[in-house]
Amino acid sequence: MINKIAPSIESAVADIRDGSTVLVGGFGNAGMPFALIDALIAQGAKDLVIVSNNAGNADHGLAALLKTGRVRKVVCSFPRQVDSWVFDSLYHAGKIELELVPQGNLAERMRAAGAGIGAFFCPTGVGTELAGDRETREINGRMYVLEYPIRGDVALIKAHRADRWGNLVYRKTARNFGPIMAMAAATTIVEVDEVVELGALDPENIVTPGIYVQRVVPMTA
Amino acid sequence: MQKRTREEMAARVARDIPDGSYVNLGIGLPTLVANFLPTDREIVLHSENGILGMGPAPVRGAEDYDLTNASKKPVTALAGAAFFHQADSFAMMRGGHLDICVLGAFQVSEKGDLANWHTGAPDAIPAVGGAMDLAIGAKKTFVMMEHLTKDGQSKLVALCSYPLTGRSCVARVYTDLAVVDIDAEGFSVIEVIPELDFAELVRLSGVALRDARPA
Repeated sequence: MINKIAPSIESAVADIRDGSTVLVGGFGNAGMPFALIDALIAQGAKDLVIVSNNAGNADHGLAALLKTGRVRKVVCSFPRQVDSWVFDSLYHAGKIELELVPQGNLAERMRAAGAGIGAFFCPTGVGTELAGDRETREINGRMYVLEYPIRGDVALIKAHRADRWGNLVYRKTARNFGPIMAMAAATTIVEVDEVVELGALDPENIVTPGIYVQRVVPMTA
Repeated sequence: MQKRTREEMAARVARDIPDGSYVNLGIGLPTLVANFLPTDREIVLHSENGILGMGPAPVRGAEDYDLTNASKKPVTALAGAAFFHQADSFAMMRGGHLDICVLGAFQVSEKGDLANWHTGAPDAIPAVGGAMDLAIGAKKTFVMMEHLTKDGQSKLVALCSYPLTGRSCVARVYTDLAVVDIDAEGFSVIEVIPELDFAELVRLSGVALRDARPA
């Protein structure tokens, strides 16, 4: 029998190791797995590399994790926001490393990891400083930059509903990076608003098939 | 000379968006274009965080923070809207499915290079979001910006001095003084605001401009 419902949120994050690359869902607060991040903070893993679209808002969620000083590096597309003061001060103090990645490349590099692609040529960023010194190639008259996959040891994401096989549906734009990160991590841990009976989710409408999901943490008591 | 207001610029951009277009409006100034889209045209707005068919802001009290735009502000979804994940959202750009994107800019060069993501100041924290993907992805990239900086420098330039967002990607620039196409020969002015003559526009712009206004 397959049952991916975790007995507790503590048990769901217990084996996250120091030095892990952790993919964290969300676009700003939409889709941000706040409960899982709090559990990771309590768990205490350090020297982490965080991959997420932003670098935390205000003092909660990802910002709270950064504040513990346990994040070595952030890979993201848009760290600077009006309420990103936690990241801003760590960055200015030289206490955190930043790898800035165009948003679509962030998504596609994770998708590539999940899909078993070794690397891909992408037109985004050609001729800009974010292309770095990576290989470029002209293909059919257009220039492309070589991009490598981003793989996670762990993904922490949020979905709306799940069943015990780990099939997921999301809610509106809170979907954002969830389905991509679920593919790209060795262990995908999902916090969900609700767990439903196996068979209750319409197979036509399942967004993330359970094969990509290892643990489900219901937010309902 | 009465410069175009932000609203007049937005209305001018909106006039050029055809019925049936799929359009992404960048954050900042371009967001205003949504308020001026002709009601007799069906135009589908794309938001890079994962919506096609984005609607206006909800009425107070009806905000849903799972339904936000690229600026992370609550929006609505129109009848016919679709939600999708980030890889799909950016495939729509890179794959050439999006008809038009409208972006703000610090500078646009006569080759169509765009600089809009980073001032390059050593202390500034860089942030790029979807700007680079959008700039090179849409079939047509329009820029909407003030013609001059606050201290009178032209934002139309021979060569961008700010870090580039994309190379040779801008098709047309809408400013508070003019509408300028970019082609193999550089800047072609197709419209100048009333009471500003072409020679004065050239002087203010400080770059080569071709007069391509209809006679």
